[in-house]
Amino acid sequence: MTDGMRERDNGHRETMIRLENLSKTFPGQHEPAVDDLTMEIYAGEIVVLVGPSGCGKTTTMKMINRIIEPTGGRIYIEGEDVTTADPDKLRRRIGYVIQQIGLFPHMTIADNIATVPRMLGWDKKRISDRIDELLETVHISKSYRDRYPKQLSGGQRQRIGVARAMAADPPIMLMDEPFGAVDPITRERLQDEFIRLQQDIQKTIVFVTHDIDEAIKMGDRIAILREQSKIAQYDTPERILTDPADEYVEDFIGSGASLKRLSLSRVQDIQTSDWPVAGLNDSHDGVRDKMQRSGKEYVLLLDDQRKPKRWVSMADIEHNGIPLSEAGWPAVAIVEGRSSLYDTLDTMITSYKGSAIVVDDAGRYQGVVDFDAVLQAIESMRPAQHRDGRAVPEGA
Amino acid sequence: MNSMGFFEYLASRWDDLLELSIEHAQVVLVSLLIATVIGVSLGVLTYRRPAAAQVVLAIASTILTIPSFALFGLLIPLLGLGYKPTVVALSAYALLSILRNTITGLRSVDPAITESAKGMGLSNLQQLVRIELPLAWPVIIAGIRVSALLILGIAAIAAYVNGPGLGGDIFSGLSRIGGANSLNLVLGGFLGIIVLALVFEALFAVLGRLTTSKGLN
Ligand SMILES: Nc1ncnc2c1ncn2[C@@H]1O[C@H](COP(=O)(O)OP(=O)(O)OP(=O)(O)O)[C@@H](O)[C@H]1O
Ligand SMILES: [Mg+2]
Repeated sequence: MTDGMRERDNGHRETMIRLENLSKTFPGQHEPAVDDLTMEIYAGEIVVLVGPSGCGKTTTMKMINRIIEPTGGRIYIEGEDVTTADPDKLRRRIGYVIQQIGLFPHMTIADNIATVPRMLGWDKKRISDRIDELLETVHISKSYRDRYPKQLSGGQRQRIGVARAMAADPPIMLMDEPFGAVDPITRERLQDEFIRLQQDIQKTIVFVTHDIDEAIKMGDRIAILREQSKIAQYDTPERILTDPADEYVEDFIGSGASLKRLSLSRVQDIQTSDWPVAGLNDSHDGVRDKMQRSGKEYVLLLDDQRKPKRWVSMADIEHNGIPLSEAGWPAVAIVEGRSSLYDTLDTMITSYKGSAIVVDDAGRYQGVVDFDAVLQAIESMRPAQHRDGRAVPEGA
Repeated sequence: MNSMGFFEYLASRWDDLLELSIEHAQVVLVSLLIATVIGVSLGVLTYRRPAAAQVVLAIASTILTIPSFALFGLLIPLLGLGYKPTVVALSAYALLSILRNTITGLRSVDPAITESAKGMGLSNLQQLVRIELPLAWPVIIAGIRVSALLILGIAAIAAYVNGPGLGGDIFSGLSRIGGANSLNLVLGGFLGIIVLALVFEALFAVLGRLTTSKGLN
């Protein structure tokens, strides 16, 4: 069931960034912070650098836009050696988002976003249109244009930081723990939004985190680093989870690798059950009829736009007197098609009936998944390695 | 001439006092402007170089410890009498708090902000002009205000080198103390300076508000 996994290896891969024997030894230190790192980053991918604190992730990333100047090695961007190019020009081609965001507090949101376009000499109209477009992209109302950063919440600031970095549409973005400073719920939303956004913009993104779960969620490819930015494994999340290169990687992934794989599969890729549905405006007789013919105990009622509204059982609609819009109980436990199986399972566990309703982007009904469907999916994603005798992670 | 009451005196010399006050304010403003240009420039040049910053701060502090009579006196052989030595001495006294606040203000800019500016491709000069100076500005202007109050008082002593302003009245009053209207002369000068100080305070409050981004308070 490989089609149940996100398709990441697209065969034809174009190198966007190439780091060649890159090293950095900070002044006054004997040990290098980054030692002889060579890696290729492919166009249109999110590459996550992940590793323990102090292993050199930030230093590595900052050498790409030369906020930190390497003491050895070369950096190529789109084949061009930029190791000694004009750093200011280089940086205008690379979006940069840091954990502290660093919005300019004395400038309005609009002026913050306009910074790079203005330097590049765009005309006023184009800049203004771009600001509107970006605010929409990051889900911030246009009425915020003239606000100052201090008037925004942490999550909103983070969104503006991303918008500002994307302003001049740079092909590359560097993001250092961009969602590190917000609460877990906001973080998850920002991650989801960003993944969705990336599907449209297809930038080459270098993303730093120390959180393996975030790496698995965000990464098309993950580089697990050890001290001095030495690569322990550079691979897709699937392969890192199913085939960790060594004990270091295994330890870093931690327990529950199988469970983590659930976050890589999407509910839209597994088989949904056929469930009887009816409209809120249907007759009671019609609904009863559908239920009997389906052999199920419940019918799902949809509104005019096919959005799930209520579950009803036979007992709920015995009396024609109760309108369908008030019968039964409200349909909760709704997940979008692109939600991960992990999130779906979570929703199902906390839902009343142990099943989840799958909807599309616009909230329209797509199908229902139950535990059996998820179990089946898990069964089919068991890695081949388990069968040929490789160690199975604890609890698997 | 008989001595008159202070209010009578004010009424009779109103025009002169106003003119002297304007002169006084003008020499203070010119000196402040010069000190601001020099202080901010030195601050900008040294805030990232701790050793250099210490040297210029030490020099500016030393100037402030020279008694004003001595400094004015020292300037006579170089610049003669009148307006020129006054402006030079006042600028020198005004330097310290402007310089110190410029350095402090620039150093207190959040490094994350300068790093993101740098990361966006702003050159060093652009970072300074568009980001660092505007962010440090509230601190710098506070330094200018302190200097203004300081040299408003010191400017009175400029009368010693025949400088402009209210000092002339105070000096001549003090030198003939007991004589007709001598006390009124002194008090009139003081009053002028106090009123000027209040005017400057108000001016800086308004200026500070007008020149500081709304995003910053
Ligand atoms: N400016 C600097 N001067 C000296 N040493 C530095 C400097 N910046 C980083 N280092 C050192 O280089 C090593 C790598 O630091 P780096 O910030 O790249 O780690 P990191 O992987 O990003 O860690 P974290 O997850 O904590 O952010 C550390 O040992 C750190 O102390
Ligand atoms: Mg870091």
